[in-house]
Amino acid sequence: MTIAERQVTTVRDLTTEPFDTSVHLAHAQQQADARGYEDFLIVDVDSHHYENEASEEIAEYVPNEVLRNEILYQGISRKGISTGFGQYQDLGGRLIRYPKRKSEVVPPTPHRDVTLMRRWMDAMGTDIACMFPTPLLNLGLSPRVDLEVELAFGYNRWLCERVLSGDPRLKSMLYLPFNDPEACTKIIEEFGEKPGVIGFMVTSTRYRGVYDNAYVRTYKMLEERNLPLGFHTGLGGQEPGLSTCNRFLTLHALGFAWHNMLHLSNWVINGLPERFPKLKVMWIEAGLAWLPFLMQRLDNEYMMRHSDAPLLKKKPSEYMRDMYYTSQPMEMVDNAKALELTFEMINAETQLLYSSDYPHWDMDLPSVIYDLPFLGETAKRNILGGNAARVFNLEPVFSPRKLERRELKRRLSA
Amino acid sequence: MSEVCVGRREDIPDGGACILEVDNLEIGVIHHEGQFYAYRNLCPHQGGPACEGVRMAAVVDDVDAQNLFQGQKFNSSEMHIVCPWHGYEYRLSDGVNVCDARLRLKKFEVTERDGHLYVTI
Repeated sequence: MTIAERQVTTVRDLTTEPFDTSVHLAHAQQQADARGYEDFLIVDVDSHHYENEASEEIAEYVPNEVLRNEILYQGISRKGISTGFGQYQDLGGRLIRYPKRKSEVVPPTPHRDVTLMRRWMDAMGTDIACMFPTPLLNLGLSPRVDLEVELAFGYNRWLCERVLSGDPRLKSMLYLPFNDPEACTKIIEEFGEKPGVIGFMVTSTRYRGVYDNAYVRTYKMLEERNLPLGFHTGLGGQEPGLSTCNRFLTLHALGFAWHNMLHLSNWVINGLPERFPKLKVMWIEAGLAWLPFLMQRLDNEYMMRHSDAPLLKKKPSEYMRDMYYTSQPMEMVDNAKALELTFEMINAETQLLYSSDYPHWDMDLPSVIYDLPFLGETAKRNILGGNAARVFNLEPVFSPRKLERRELKRRLSA
Repeated sequence: MSEVCVGRREDIPDGGACILEVDNLEIGVIHHEGQFYAYRNLCPHQGGPACEGVRMAAVVDDVDAQNLFQGQKFNSSEMHIVCPWHGYEYRLSDGVNVCDARLRLKKFEVTERDGHLYVTI
């Protein structure tokens, strides 16, 4: 055997290397370059930041002095092993971006969240991202309605002023304090036209029926303004049945699907698509595998129980095909046929919107869509960005890195 | 087949790891309890940097002879490489994924001569 010596070009010592999002996602950037993402727009409709790390800043935007004092004292969230309902998504330290995130060095300006968002977006080839909070996704479960309202206003004001204003690539569907319908309408009035606001979001882990007459004004306001309404699901481990889940895996697999199944079913069967035909409704972060199940289930029961859903003029699954869905976490293990069928059943080419959920544990890169063998190039580009641009009426803003690569390609081919 | 020199064994402390880049090929060299292991730094799941995460012992459910669950424990005799992107786990000894043996990290042999470590590519 002939053994030739080859040269090592770089050596990285992981023992001492500090955490940096761009390095963590260097392979994502290689994927982006290899697939030519610079040729088209990529919009990530569900990403997150950790607003709890800016608790003191957000407190400045909370007018109520008692609640402001509580936020300053204890922050927006508390974590610890005794935290209930399976809150250990970071896998006991296995996912290094969780424990190391706080040590990542950023320049003093722009806002830390702007820098961190840009770093992962540039690595993945994402041009525009819709950002959502993290701990606040559980706020709808608080029995303190006044707290939900105060924090909703405070967080939304802070996000608009300190983060969204820092980069036109950053967007959000703002938090609606759904336990106070009147406050929802005030939020839409105050923030509906703010730069970067592309819709509004209800956290799905809560106990109010979406069919309640109290929400009619909210839905009407959104429909009139052509602003989509998103339901962002969550764990919801406080549900009596789900509270038996002693492993995060079980709770996440069931809970994230369950809460959106619940609200979507109530939405359709109560005829809300007929009452608000132009309101764009989106179901966020529940993956896709639940959709064929629910379509079949609701259609079958609807045929036998028309009197339960007399407002419907077509089958529940047909209304579901008019709605929008974000893609992550896309169930991809050993089920290519099921996935392809799911795409067909929901008209994915026009109704599915790519989402990463970054930096959360089960994030999906754009390649999960781009590499699907059953999608054509147009369908891939629609799902990765075109559908979002249409649904949210987005002005395309490309990442500077992709524009540079595009220019380089143009010069090389000239 | 070719060989690359990683450096001296003391360059990678026990419990540590480094990433080598050789002609656009990234290789993770891991030092665990006196042994050196080398794998391609590429997770077959979504392409994550598999060797840049932590190594953790396998977790086992302890079920006793009466079929009663007695809690979870670490099995320190089976270490796993954990991909830092999504937590996919691979056996440190052979790079085989612990949930689906069809997935594996590409393994490279590590040899030691004259106090230097070499990876065979």
